[in-house]
Amino acid sequence: MRSNVAQYDLTAPTTLDAVLEILANSPENYTPIAGGTELMVALGAGHLQPRKLISLWNLEELRFIEEATDAIIIGAGSTFTDIRNHPAIAKHLPLLTQAASWTGSIANQNRATIGGNIVNASPAADTPPALLVYDATLTLVSIRGERTIPYRDFHLSYKKIDLAPDELLHSITILSNFKSYKTYIRKVGTRNAQAISKVALAAIARTDNNIIETIRIAAASLREIPTRLYATEQSLINKPLTPKTIAHARTTLINESKPIDDIRSTSKYRTAAAANLLEEFLRSL
Amino acid sequence: MTQIHLTINGKQETIEAPPMKRLLDVLREDLQLTGTKEGCGEGECGACAVILNGDLINSCLIPILQAEGTEITTIEGIAIDEKLHPIQQCFLENGGAQCGICTPGMILATHHLLEKNPKPTLLQIQEGLNGNLCRCTGYTRIFEAVRAAALIGAAR
Repeated sequence: MRSNVAQYDLTAPTTLDAVLEILANSPENYTPIAGGTELMVALGAGHLQPRKLISLWNLEELRFIEEATDAIIIGAGSTFTDIRNHPAIAKHLPLLTQAASWTGSIANQNRATIGGNIVNASPAADTPPALLVYDATLTLVSIRGERTIPYRDFHLSYKKIDLAPDELLHSITILSNFKSYKTYIRKVGTRNAQAISKVALAAIARTDNNIIETIRIAAASLREIPTRLYATEQSLINKPLTPKTIAHARTTLINESKPIDDIRSTSKYRTAAAANLLEEFLRSL
Repeated sequence: MTQIHLTINGKQETIEAPPMKRLLDVLREDLQLTGTKEGCGEGECGACAVILNGDLINSCLIPILQAEGTEITTIEGIAIDEKLHPIQQCFLENGGAQCGICTPGMILATHHLLEKNPKPTLLQIQEGLNGNLCRCTGYTRIFEAVRAAALIGAAR
């Protein structure tokens, strides 16, 4: 059943400071809303729980992409279209460009923000695997100040994140030094656009004389949170790229995965497909 | 209730609405612009697509307060002086419309695509329309309509 919109309040301060002030000091709990591609779906379906919302859409302090000498800093309010169209991201962080391009549709990419994708914390979200293998850092802000944490520590359990009620995700910082790495990302879904992934895998690796020196692997829809596959990584580091290594990595990945059966896929399919994706990447090294 | 000012199809409008009212409902109920359709109501089908400050968006996902001060083009603003826009003409001539529910969104998505990319490949056409679902045509005739529109430079 449709929501009664008159029961909801939305306020749209014009500065980040004003938003942070309200989040910290208002006696009411406000839920931030940026592009609305998640929360407005809940509103339309009649099950949007928060009654008081605060708009972050188009706040200029959050919508920017900055190229520093050794890193790219992406404001949390940047849309997927902003990300797809940014030449420095395409050049240095192609996995992110790719993930942005298959998030939702063109119309959704014009509204949906990378910050929303992260804090919404869906285990199936499209950009987290890329952000995890790039080992992104998050900057969080509140009136108490600013703190930075590795993105790999942000997701605590299903839909639980390391973000206080008065805090906002401000920006994502990613070092732009992946030139010497082979990179990989692939999403398995029912179609290219609009599909929520059955499973997705991203990876980066550097090899020397057929030995894996460094590797990071991350996945969507394999666990209750977007996840790095640390055990699988460990099974590969300093190993030669042989069929035996690959077989062992497949087994480790399957053991490390805890996917669910749901409307989109089965646990069995998800782990099998993820192992195939990993093998596809390893064979390309 | 909040007072909202916006420009729709070149005309300035002021409306009073709850701030979380969907742009889609404001267009259809407050402004009687019923050319914008509701399909899924969850941003999947594109039947409610309009152009907002130059961007294709799904109007079912926009709280009206976030549309304050924006410029919006709906299907009603596409036709030129009661004459069909060349994109509409191409959809008509190529059988790109059947039941018509998806057509306003398809036309606006095509307009948005051709403005950014006047000579799209078939793959780029498919991507440009990837958020617009049609349950009648099987898409082939829609893509042909978009190709025809691109050939005559319809976005200009």
